[in-house]
Amino acid sequence: MFIIRLVLKNTLRHKLRTLLTILGVSIAVMSFGFMRTIVTAWSAGVESSGENRMITRQSVSFIFPLPYSCLQQLQQIPGVSEVSYANWFGGVYKDPADFKNFFPRIAIDPETYFSLYPEFIIPADQFAEFKKERNSCIVGAKLAREQGFKIGDLIPVDGDIYPGKWEFVVRGIYRGKDESTDETQLFFHWDYLNEQVKISQPGREGQVGWYVLSVHNAAEMPRVAKAVDERYKNSRSSTKTETEREFQQSFVSMSSAIISSLEAVSYIIIGIILLVLANTIVMAARERTKEYAVLKTLGFSAGHVVGLIGGESMLIACSGCVIGLAMTFPMAMGFAKAFPTFFPVFNVETITIILAVSVALFAGVVAALFPAARAVRMRIVDGLRSID
Amino acid sequence: MSQNGTMIKVDHVSKSYRRDSIEIPVLRDISIDVPAGEFLALMGPSGSGKTTLLNLIAGIDRPNAGKVVVNGTEIDSLGESDLARWRARHVGFIFQFYNLLPVLTAFENVELPLLLTGLSRKEKREHVESALNLVGLGDRIHHYPKQLSGGQEQRVAIARAIVTDPTILVADEPTGDLDKISAGEIMDLLDRLNKEFKKTIVMVTHDPRAAEKAHKQMHLDKGELTT
Amino acid sequence: MKIPFSYTWRSLWARRLTTTLTLGGIALVVFVFASVLMLAHGVEQTMIDTGGDDNVIVLRRSANSELVSQIDRDAANLIRTNPGIATGKDGKPVVSTEVVVIINLERKDIANGMGNISVRGVSPEAMPLRPQVRIVNGQMFRFGSHEIIIGTNIANRYRGTGIGEQLRFGDAMWTVVGHFEADGDGFESEIWGDVEQLMPAFGRPVFSSLTLKLRDASAFEDVKKLIEGDPRTQYTDLKREKAYYSEQSKLMSDFIKILGLVVTIIFSVGAVIGAMITMYAAVANRTVEIGTLRALGFRRRSVLGAFLVESVFLAIIGGAAGVALASLMSFVRISTVNFGTFSELAFGFTLSPSIIVSAMIFSMLMGIVGGFLPAVRASRLNIITALRSS
Repeated sequence: MFIIRLVLKNTLRHKLRTLLTILGVSIAVMSFGFMRTIVTAWSAGVESSGENRMITRQSVSFIFPLPYSCLQQLQQIPGVSEVSYANWFGGVYKDPADFKNFFPRIAIDPETYFSLYPEFIIPADQFAEFKKERNSCIVGAKLAREQGFKIGDLIPVDGDIYPGKWEFVVRGIYRGKDESTDETQLFFHWDYLNEQVKISQPGREGQVGWYVLSVHNAAEMPRVAKAVDERYKNSRSSTKTETEREFQQSFVSMSSAIISSLEAVSYIIIGIILLVLANTIVMAARERTKEYAVLKTLGFSAGHVVGLIGGESMLIACSGCVIGLAMTFPMAMGFAKAFPTFFPVFNVETITIILAVSVALFAGVVAALFPAARAVRMRIVDGLRSID
Repeated sequence: MSQNGTMIKVDHVSKSYRRDSIEIPVLRDISIDVPAGEFLALMGPSGSGKTTLLNLIAGIDRPNAGKVVVNGTEIDSLGESDLARWRARHVGFIFQFYNLLPVLTAFENVELPLLLTGLSRKEKREHVESALNLVGLGDRIHHYPKQLSGGQEQRVAIARAIVTDPTILVADEPTGDLDKISAGEIMDLLDRLNKEFKKTIVMVTHDPRAAEKAHKQMHLDKGELTT
Repeated sequence: MKIPFSYTWRSLWARRLTTTLTLGGIALVVFVFASVLMLAHGVEQTMIDTGGDDNVIVLRRSANSELVSQIDRDAANLIRTNPGIATGKDGKPVVSTEVVVIINLERKDIANGMGNISVRGVSPEAMPLRPQVRIVNGQMFRFGSHEIIIGTNIANRYRGTGIGEQLRFGDAMWTVVGHFEADGDGFESEIWGDVEQLMPAFGRPVFSSLTLKLRDASAFEDVKKLIEGDPRTQYTDLKREKAYYSEQSKLMSDFIKILGLVVTIIFSVGAVIGAMITMYAAVANRTVEIGTLRALGFRRRSVLGAFLVESVFLAIIGGAAGVALASLMSFVRISTVNFGTFSELAFGFTLSPSIIVSAMIFSMLMGIVGGFLPAVRASRLNIITALRSS
């Protein structure tokens, strides 16, 4: 179509200006994509929650333990198919100020934990080795890559919640089922932890951080949650049971202020895209005032002129969008490398791409509004007289 | 159709412009009749309203009072889009500064008005080529305006003006920016369009030599006819 | 001959729309830049204010927060006897033995929203140790009872924290008898009660930390060596309270700074591009003017200077607008989980003179970088060609 050809030729008139504008838009789109990726990464844990997994923890807060005796009782609650348990070990690994050294260190029950978390895939032989040794551990593939852990390596950790000097031997490396699975965790034997606690801090043994439950039927979850919490309501270890998704969501909500700030920044970015683009389109339209008047004289309608202006705006916006999105991916990868365990899952989601494209289209339309309106309203005789 | 062979009838037309809050009258109660096939020169000093009158006839401006009838159509009462369509079909406009689109070649510039028609690609090409041949630029069709001299640019502009075979041709100082020789060539061309192709031409000009080629001259001063 | 300044600002005024759009872009970038700096500063400020100059906190070695630190009674009693500790009006050493845990409270604003709130059991010495803590509603809790007071940041945002209401934790009910303020520092996001009541309720036989006041603030190193050197208390680690709290905020403020600066640098490239486009257009439109100025005798340098000044002037106005906008952020307080302590913390955007200066320098830099190449082009125009162009 002719209009498209003319639009293309018009944008090529001032190559430097068009190039700079596309560059400006693409940088802004890249930032937008990056910001939104951080926002989505924050909730990655929520998205990867198990379909019918629930978490039972002490109702006052996460830092208070539940007794081991709950295990059998939970297994007997109707609707519950499997129960496992875990303790957050924490501790300090090497220099805690280095972001890389911050990864989850969790004591679990090997028999039951991994069957509740089938997304952690461990080679059978490694798993067998792991089960044999008391102080062995299994680490995630991404963590192993980042830290250079290999089978047989000794990982020394300075305990804080559980004081003392601890050492774990790597006997297995697990892979995640898909790219949204966290591969940065370290798991070791709960029994080992419990033994050591019995020796060094007698009286503190037999305590579980949280229980993981699976149900036969996902629709049963609310009922089972209520049943569990009712059972322990008036005891010293009153519980709070919720779906894993809700559990993860509550953590995310603690940082809601930060997430909202990031979202706010992403809106400001939209504003910047608009300003850079509008600046150029306004200038371009003003320069061609007389030409638009000539076209109108020849009989072209206001719609044609709007099409020219809008077309140019859209062309630049879309070019900037494509380049910006292309740059988002390497940028996200670079960020993920710098903070591998802070955001264990850091992918550019489809929704981010869709949003970025929508924003670019929106900017393309809005940037053209004012100059298009001006061109439509301008009388032919005034336009012909213009000297811009 | 035309009555008594009148192509253009300007009937008691007045026009004024607003500058901030001041109203400046430009044309006062003007009436003229232009028969079909006429070559009319509108002359007068700066600010006399001649260009405004031309603009009204060409349908790119509207009078405040009175009627403008071209080939039987009362153009002052047409809506914006109808007027645009009317212009495309019936008017060929030639500007003092050519007003070619710099990003288009001579061919593409001449083709512009044809894009509003439903002609096929082949038909459009034929029209463009014959228009360019007529103005003597058959060998320059793929040049850009900045590669052409002033005289050549104006000829491209004239080709653009006639390519749709319009009812009237309207020219605003067509030789105003040209040297003596080019000006003469342009006027010969207009003369030929009028004599050979029977085009009704209304031309605004300062240039007495250009005015000589016209059949009739009308003078305006301060918005009124003086001859 | 210098080109007069009126030429600069009138030229900007003549192309108001483009000028405004470019100004807007620069203002936005400076706004984000300044806000990020203000936020990081606010985090630091909050944490630094939390410490007293002659206060020292005692934690377990290698515990990097009170939550995971444990100090038993015997060690605590021994530390109490150190002569370097100031004595209060009652002749007793000014030492507060404290226990810190986290409980979950429901947020008022988000459904199912939860917060990690620090509950701190304190000794009576806690009040003189922390003079910035003041009761604003209700009254102080009575030691020996199940009464608690709540910091205003928590009282405003979480359910169940009104005066007279009760919270359930441990296996007891705790009555809220007062709200306290603490100059906006970390304590304002805590709940306080009697340590001797809270410890059994939480099943904690040991303290999390001790806070003590030095008799002589400069004697810190000596006191530290003495206590850490003693074999009975060698597992402890003494830190100045201010140093401890600023460590607690380090993770958070580093995160904000890094993220913020990455974002700002990217934005600034966008703004510079916007400025460049505007200035190139300005040059292109005033080619005849430039030719005229040169024909009149103004040197290339003056033309370069004039356009550079125009660009910097534009940037300064945009920068000032951005800073003004950012200063409005001082009214905003953010409450979120502090990565370092895993508990709720509120901080604000704190403006400081150095931030204002940084922001203005930043915007001037943008103006210089954005305007440089176009100004060079303007100065290099050939006089004749420039005069002839139209």
